[in-house]
Amino acid sequence: MTSKQRNLPQSLWDLFCSLKLTMSLLISLALTSIIGTIIPQGPPPQEYLEQISPAKFKLYQSLGFFDMYHSWWFILLLGLLTANLVSCSIKRLPHIWQTIIRPETVMTSALEQSLGAVVSVSSKIKPELLKEKVAAFLRAEFAEPVTTEVDGAWHLFAQKTPWCRLAVYFVHLSVIVIFIGAIIGSLFGYKGFVNITEGQSIDKVVSRAGKEINLGFSLRCDQFSVAYYTTGAPREFKSILTVLENGKPVPDYTNARIVVNDPLTYKGITFYQSSYGNAGDYFFTVSDLDGKNAASLTVNGTSSATLPDGSSMHVLEATEDVSAYVPGLSGPAAQVEIHPPQGKSETIVVYANHPEQNIQQARERKGSPVLQYKGARKRMYTGLQVAKDPGVWVVWLGCLLMVVGVYAAFFLSHRRIWVRIRNGSVTIGGNASKNQGAFRQYLDQLAEKLTSHLSREEHP
Amino acid sequence: MTSSLLFNITTFAYLVAMLLFFAFLASRAKAIGTAGIAAAYFGLLAQTGAIALRWKESYAMGVGHAPLSNLYESVVFFAWTIVLIFVLLDLKYRYRVIGAFVMPFALLGMAWAQLGMNTGIEPLVPALQSNWLLYHVITCFLGYAAFAVACGISIMYLIKANHDESGQKAGESSLLGMFPPIRVLDDLNYRAIMIGFPLLTLGIITGAAWANYAWGTYWSWDPKETWSLIVWFVYAAFLHARFTRGWVGKRAAWLSIIGFAATIFCYLGVNLFLSGLHSYGGK
Repeated sequence: MTSKQRNLPQSLWDLFCSLKLTMSLLISLALTSIIGTIIPQGPPPQEYLEQISPAKFKLYQSLGFFDMYHSWWFILLLGLLTANLVSCSIKRLPHIWQTIIRPETVMTSALEQSLGAVVSVSSKIKPELLKEKVAAFLRAEFAEPVTTEVDGAWHLFAQKTPWCRLAVYFVHLSVIVIFIGAIIGSLFGYKGFVNITEGQSIDKVVSRAGKEINLGFSLRCDQFSVAYYTTGAPREFKSILTVLENGKPVPDYTNARIVVNDPLTYKGITFYQSSYGNAGDYFFTVSDLDGKNAASLTVNGTSSATLPDGSSMHVLEATEDVSAYVPGLSGPAAQVEIHPPQGKSETIVVYANHPEQNIQQARERKGSPVLQYKGARKRMYTGLQVAKDPGVWVVWLGCLLMVVGVYAAFFLSHRRIWVRIRNGSVTIGGNASKNQGAFRQYLDQLAEKLTSHLSREEHP
Repeated sequence: MTSSLLFNITTFAYLVAMLLFFAFLASRAKAIGTAGIAAAYFGLLAQTGAIALRWKESYAMGVGHAPLSNLYESVVFFAWTIVLIFVLLDLKYRYRVIGAFVMPFALLGMAWAQLGMNTGIEPLVPALQSNWLLYHVITCFLGYAAFAVACGISIMYLIKANHDESGQKAGESSLLGMFPPIRVLDDLNYRAIMIGFPLLTLGIITGAAWANYAWGTYWSWDPKETWSLIVWFVYAAFLHARFTRGWVGKRAAWLSIIGFAATIFCYLGVNLFLSGLHSYGGK
């Protein structure tokens, strides 16, 4: 029984230190991530709900498929991956650390046999002097050597970029740093959205979670405009914004221009150009067929108005000159949609200069009031994405660490060279943490160079 | 000389290069291999000129931007990066025969772009008006291209490994004679992914940086982002497979092929089948 108790933590530890677990976690993450790219994330739209059966909907919901990247099991997979890479690092790091901090400086015969590349050079120079010459050669060609004397033999050891063995641990650390940044962002930051009509200001935004957030200052939209290419495709969406503190414009944030890909940041909160729309007012008069009971009616572009007969209407679009759309007629006109209390809604055009057309239309609609268009006061609103994320710099730090770490882990190699000088024979051995084949060639060339170097010294 | 003429010349050169590499495979004549790589070089040069010219032409039209803004331009750029990575690998390791398994990808891209797509230069939509476009697209596609090359090498690995297992057969052995040993193919596969993985990582990071700069969110689990992460997971698995018992050899080669399939889905499938923030890439 006791052995079993002792074994459970041990086997759990072994499991978390295993690369097999890493492989299964990476593959599981890859496979499960596909779900969220097929099933729409967030509150499912009506059209989607009509496509799937209620049983399927229930199943998906209980498994968290509609917000799968924040579901308990996906977070668990990420947590297991984190635990896995921390365990692997804890297990392997001390040994790697020793290799870097306390390298073997003496080439014993056991070490010599384990090395991938060993070459020998002979020389007639006296051992003491030979040692000096080889050390100088290594210093010039490779790296500063450490010299040790053991049993009458001289041992030299030199190495390059030993720290690159740590690179892979930096990559693992970077993943954790990125996670920490993401957690900071979700705890202390928010994403929100706000619409501001031209000329108006706001001091609150609505977060994605539906919470109202006080900005602590006000933001006014002075103007919104769209510019077009000659092809008719949009070229630029632009808002002119002013930050107000206690109702007064803040100097450097007055009439600030923001476009897509160029946001505005104030006190850690950033505003991004995201959407736009019409918030202008349209003016009408409403009367009976004979012109009696005339009353004026103002309809805002973002809302609808109720007519005397109980139907509601809203404006689809308006123009200063209708002649381009309706040949033979001219002047301002508005296209409106009317929803009667019963029956189908319909779209009609209401004119400013053609009252006879307006009366004719009202007749056709049987008893509904006559609408007369009076013009519009054009006003746009700008839709801004709002974000505060104090964790984002931690995420970038993690990314930097990852890029540097991946580069060092892939492209730098820890290369070590040992030299033993005994009885006029110079034995050179070495190994590299990467690309042994290329290193062997390098060592051969180095030995050749040393041979010719030493023979020149022998016969000056 | 217009860019579209140069792109047609490029496509033809890649076709010739591919056919020459096939002939090289069958004949084992060194001269044919040299001719193949020469055609690939010529195509790469012509395409480099064509991309530069298209860039210049867009400025002449008054809508100046790097030619990386829609599906046509990205497919063309993808073909260019594939040949570039192949040529660099050839310069370093000199295994020409890999061209027979890599040039088809580049040719397929060019032929599809030239024959099946609208080649007109369009003005840049506001969402793409940023310097990040250049960094993001270049790093991503260089990464994708390295994965394409790795996929070609992995296919060779599996063919060769299956052949080695089943013993010599007279007909096949002549075709396979030019193949490098599986040890070398495994190594080249790893090296290609060693180029691709850091570039994909950079591509995802530049994408996140751009998203954060333009939308205020560095990561929103949009299908494109998620698929790029899926690709990253697959190649991260590949890199760890080397040190895991039971995962070296054929399984690693399969991972590399699955990784490239995921890459292609991330690049094309997401735009064709799923909706999301990268919609301009699907036109």
